[in-house]
Amino acid sequence: MKTQHVLIYDGSFKGFLTLIFTVFEEKIEVSAISPEESVQSDMFSSPTFITTDLEKYNRVKLGLKKVLSASADKQLYFAFLSEIKGIEMQLLHYIKEAFRNKNFSSTDFGNPVVLKINQVSKMVSREKHRMEAFVRFQLTKEDIFFATIEPDFNVLPLILKHFESRYADQKWIIYDLKRNFGLFYNLQKTSYINLEFNRDHKEKSDKSSIYKHCEKEFQQLWQEYFSSTNIKSRKNMKLHLQHVPKRYWKYLTEKSSWQN
Amino acid sequence: MSFERIKEKLNILADAAKYDISCSSSGSKRVNKGGLGNSDGVGICHSYTEDGRCVSLLKILLTNYCIFDCAYCVTRKSNDVKRAAFKIEEVVSLTMNFYRRNYIEGLFLSSGIFKSPDYTMERLVQVAKKLRLEENFNGYIHLKSIPGASDELMREAGLYADRLSVNIEIPTISGLKLLAPDKKHEDFIKPMEAVKDAIQIYQSEKKIIRSIPKYAPAGQSTQMIVGATGESDRDVMYSAAYYYKKFKMKRVYYSGYIPVANDSRLPALGSPVPLLRENRLYQTDWLLRFYGFDIRELLNEENQNLDLDIDPKLSWALRNRALFPLDINKADKLLLARVPGIGLKSVYKIIEARKYRKLNWEHLKKIGLAFNRAKYFVICDSGDYEKRDLSSLQIKGMILHNSTSKFREDYGIQLNLFTS
Repeated sequence: MKTQHVLIYDGSFKGFLTLIFTVFEEKIEVSAISPEESVQSDMFSSPTFITTDLEKYNRVKLGLKKVLSASADKQLYFAFLSEIKGIEMQLLHYIKEAFRNKNFSSTDFGNPVVLKINQVSKMVSREKHRMEAFVRFQLTKEDIFFATIEPDFNVLPLILKHFESRYADQKWIIYDLKRNFGLFYNLQKTSYINLEFNRDHKEKSDKSSIYKHCEKEFQQLWQEYFSSTNIKSRKNMKLHLQHVPKRYWKYLTEKSSWQN
Repeated sequence: MSFERIKEKLNILADAAKYDISCSSSGSKRVNKGGLGNSDGVGICHSYTEDGRCVSLLKILLTNYCIFDCAYCVTRKSNDVKRAAFKIEEVVSLTMNFYRRNYIEGLFLSSGIFKSPDYTMERLVQVAKKLRLEENFNGYIHLKSIPGASDELMREAGLYADRLSVNIEIPTISGLKLLAPDKKHEDFIKPMEAVKDAIQIYQSEKKIIRSIPKYAPAGQSTQMIVGATGESDRDVMYSAAYYYKKFKMKRVYYSGYIPVANDSRLPALGSPVPLLRENRLYQTDWLLRFYGFDIRELLNEENQNLDLDIDPKLSWALRNRALFPLDINKADKLLLARVPGIGLKSVYKIIEARKYRKLNWEHLKKIGLAFNRAKYFVICDSGDYEKRDLSSLQIKGMILHNSTSKFREDYGIQLNLFTS
């Protein structure tokens, strides 16, 4: 019996496709794949670390483009960004089938792996759409529209385009606090950034020193609007919560106040 | 601008606008060329109010002063409410500042009718024009067509707005006479006609000259109040089907009447909003627009009102048992869409998946169809299917027994008949 390997990579998509290359090239039997940061120390077999290699990444990427439709290629990337535990093994399975099975189709929904990747990518796509809706910018004294988010999945790379084309005439930052990186648009282009937050200072104490004076007023106007546009005799909290789950509330201007 | 004054106006004029239920921001296409905003065809709901309705647009009236006295309307002349009016720049500033913070997809501007229809319409157009030409705003704009406004103004409105709408409000002409004696049915129809014609002209010219500007790219919509004049579901939906066909409406909205007046012609203040009925009307609307149903199949002389306890597709299927069961692995796409418990997304997945293998219950459950309803109407590659010769009434009872609905208490009495 062949030995089963546990593979570790840096957590990036480039790293993951490099890993795929290595698995195919060296015909490795894989029992688990895990990003570096979430490696558990009690694993029996000693894990092998795969170093990201752009050339290998590009070869797999090109290869995938040949065997997958554009939408299947996109689904693969979306599903990867879910960061769901064990998704890498499902993706490996998916890619193996795509390369080896001539009749492989990304719409063969009777195939459990195909259906799974399709469904996970839908979940990520929903989260992407939610973030396009739920980002709330606040205008800083430096004239930057600033927003923080904590999405369930790693959707920042997916929402870049949307915000870049929509808010072309204002500087903005969208920062993922969970994953500690963000997007910064400087009126020319968008780049990835890392910020150091001073955790000793409670946010409320310096809110008015960070944001412009008018910011508070517009937030209040928005809150007024939000409550005036509600029809009390149609109250339906169950539906409200279904659409705006509580975990998103703290970043929504209309669901939290300036003081918080 | 004075913050306190704006706040007060916003309260009054958002409160007065909220009975217009449309908040759609989809169906348009505008590219941002260095300014602010775009729309790529997909609408975004930026929030949801506690009544569960989507908040996509800043929906306000320019003013709630009105020369008309329509009984069903909160803004009617004789109603004793606070009145206010926005200045054009104020609406522009609110829209821009809300949009920049990603609160909204754009503006939905309506108005009470002050002085005259043309005077009012002209101001609505000015807001849209200023946003587009001076602020370089490419977000979504929905303008109300004011009944009685001139064709020229309607033509101009469509050059800046993505969508135009005029609310028919009362589904029957007799109802309109009773509740809105100042308004004539023709006044509603005329702007619809003008917009429909303009859309056609611009579209055909665009085929020849590409630089022709867009005219109301997200089309037009209308709204009907339900439950104010004792109209049947058939009255409502036949009207809707007429507006879809005649004026190429993108959407017809149904708004359960919310009592806003003590008037002997209307349901009393405090009467419950007919939410379940509204829900069934929307389901019917979807069956018309996406599922290939003809309205006469769903509502007719024998069935003038929709069942409240089950959805309209299930009602229809129970009346047409001869067509079922269908074979999941063979049935035509259009027929699959008619099976209770199978939505359009499941139809797509079934059609694709069955190219590669015969599908059984396990596949179908994973794909996500509503097994509890569908199982009485289909067979698949499993030996285990409904073999009993059940009557429609029995099937209905079993489905209701195994399902939950937030509306259950509304029809609890009827349900007991089936389960006892």
